[in-house]
Amino acid sequence: MAFAAFASSAQAVDAAPRKSSKVALVLLAPGLAYLALFFLTPLIALILTSLQAPALYGDMGEFVYAFRWENYVSVVNEYGDTFLRSFGYALIATVAALLVSYPIAYFIGVWARKWPVVQAVALILVIAPFFISFLLRTLAWKQIFSDDSWTMETLKALSILGPDAHFTGTPFAVIFGLTYNFIPFMTLPIYTTLERLDTRYLEASGDLYARPSTTFFKVTLPLSMPGIVSGTLLTFIPASGDYINASGDFLGGPGTQMVGNAIQSNFLVILQYPAAAALSIMLMAVILVIVAIYVKRSGTEDLI
Amino acid sequence: MATGTFAESGADLELVGITKRFPGFTAIENLDLYIPAGSFFALLGPSGCGKTTTLRLVAGLEDPTEGKILVGGKDVTNTKPYQRPVNTVFQSYALFPHMTVLENVAFGLHRRGIKDAVAKAHEALLLVELDHVSNRKPQQLSGGQQQRVALARAIVNRPALLLLDEPLGALDLKLRRQMQLELKAIQTEVGLTFLHVTHDQEEAMTMADTVAVMNKGHIEQMGAPQELYEMPRTAFVASFLGQSNLFTGEVSAGPADSLSLEIGGNRIVVPRSRAARHTGKVTLGVRPEKLTLHTEAPAHDATRNVLNGGTVKDVSSSGVSTQYIVSFPNVGDIVVFAQNMVFGPVVHEGASVSVSWNIERGFGLEDHPEEAGKFVPDDSTASIAVAQRKALFAELEGA
Repeated sequence: MAFAAFASSAQAVDAAPRKSSKVALVLLAPGLAYLALFFLTPLIALILTSLQAPALYGDMGEFVYAFRWENYVSVVNEYGDTFLRSFGYALIATVAALLVSYPIAYFIGVWARKWPVVQAVALILVIAPFFISFLLRTLAWKQIFSDDSWTMETLKALSILGPDAHFTGTPFAVIFGLTYNFIPFMTLPIYTTLERLDTRYLEASGDLYARPSTTFFKVTLPLSMPGIVSGTLLTFIPASGDYINASGDFLGGPGTQMVGNAIQSNFLVILQYPAAAALSIMLMAVILVIVAIYVKRSGTEDLI
Repeated sequence: MATGTFAESGADLELVGITKRFPGFTAIENLDLYIPAGSFFALLGPSGCGKTTTLRLVAGLEDPTEGKILVGGKDVTNTKPYQRPVNTVFQSYALFPHMTVLENVAFGLHRRGIKDAVAKAHEALLLVELDHVSNRKPQQLSGGQQQRVALARAIVNRPALLLLDEPLGALDLKLRRQMQLELKAIQTEVGLTFLHVTHDQEEAMTMADTVAVMNKGHIEQMGAPQELYEMPRTAFVASFLGQSNLFTGEVSAGPADSLSLEIGGNRIVVPRSRAARHTGKVTLGVRPEKLTLHTEAPAHDATRNVLNGGTVKDVSSSGVSTQYIVSFPNVGDIVVFAQNMVFGPVVHEGASVSVSWNIERGFGLEDHPEEAGKFVPDDSTASIAVAQRKALFAELEGA
């Protein structure tokens, strides 16, 4: 299962203890009940909604239960490119976040080991953005880079940007927002694996004629794969369903719509509940397939 | 170093005036050392004596504060570890967990662009009799197997100099004996220079051609194992390398070719040739197995030293031999090892005995008795734990 990738120490354990006592069942019951109630029920409701048909002579937003699988076909036709854009943006943002986060994580987890205070301060700085609402931070970026902001005025005055340049409403702005918002999710899991990285392996690699760059690609990077896989999943999954950054109210514009925005407008604006539900189900299914392939390919199962 | 080629034979190692200071303490003080090519050299000492630091300096994992390191006559002081013709078998083995055994062994060969790396890696694994596990991951192997993989990973590169950092420390006794023999055989076979760091005096003595006993960042004595054992020059060496009975006293007048000491009414003689200092207050010693136990005072014999009037304080058998602790008034406790020629101990606690030994078997130390504190091996678990803790703190501070 894909979620095994989050457990960084996914080491094969001996066969589970055979003792199946009633105590275990009792202890498990609240969790199972919770899952059934708050995960399974909405999922089933969503699937049922996605197959609904418009009520005959009904009002707008009035639907009846049916098995209208054509909903999916029409959604694919209408929002196919939105899907591609979503995954494209999410992918670029994930790669960008990885490139930014890895050096940060390496600095905190390996270089700063000698100075626990530096380590603690750096970690707090990584987590600090969480103290302010996600929406407010994204809005702040919109203000900083809006067309009449002094930032943009200055950049234009210095001819770094052309006179008609925009930031907000461009794909670049959306990807920038996604990257920025998910950097902590990328940094923390990578930090936890690098923090446990045994530097004696690096010494051994140097002793065996590997240059520092070779040591990084042959030893450090493979040994930090569990963190990279967790970090990329924690970034890619929410980023591909994100609807804040791409929204016109924040960093996006009409041309940067992502699946999240399509779902939001279908649910809340044009009241096409079946279409919105079909989009959600498809998003979930596609992500599940991508993640399964990714985890399988990255071969992190047998890493300690 | 040259890429794509192997070292033809071992190279010599020379350390010139090496000093290594860490914040807060000096690990090595002005160390000079020469290890000839093709030899099996052991650096022996208690934990914290600077032996591992010396090894790390040679490997390039630490930079010396002062001094020069020459391998095969070439100054490598300012080169990085990957540029040195040196390989290390680490105490922790440090086998890459994400690679198979074969990939681990071929790692160094690939880095140097050597042809037939995989075939050569298989050969090295055959040498340590582990080719059948070449596709396994290191953590699937036992400690002894991991140790042999670490060895294969190092020797496959045919380094001019192989560094061994207490590689047998984690193995059980039987496996350690076996690996000692294998290591020695491999060294003879491939003709490399081995620098072996250990705190196990038996290991150093059985394996090495030359042993250097290190204490507090400098070398106390260096020589062939037998020579070190028979003629220790300092109290530290006498007590760290095996056990010794030491007697300190003022030299009194006697025959020209020997030195005599008056100890608690007894006269102890040692030939001048076997003593390092001939005047003033000196320390003489004798190994416990050189002593003979007598139940009656032996007849006078000019070739033997005799101590009379001792009381057996403790008897303990180790199977091969029996250790007696004999207490002499005004002299102190003397340890005697006796071969178990007959069944059971010859005498029991409380018996009054005499002890004698051939004067040719004694030795005189170079130490001034006042300045050289007697080395007392402290083997209690509590003190080992404290020492480990101190070492850990030192390591954390030094890192």
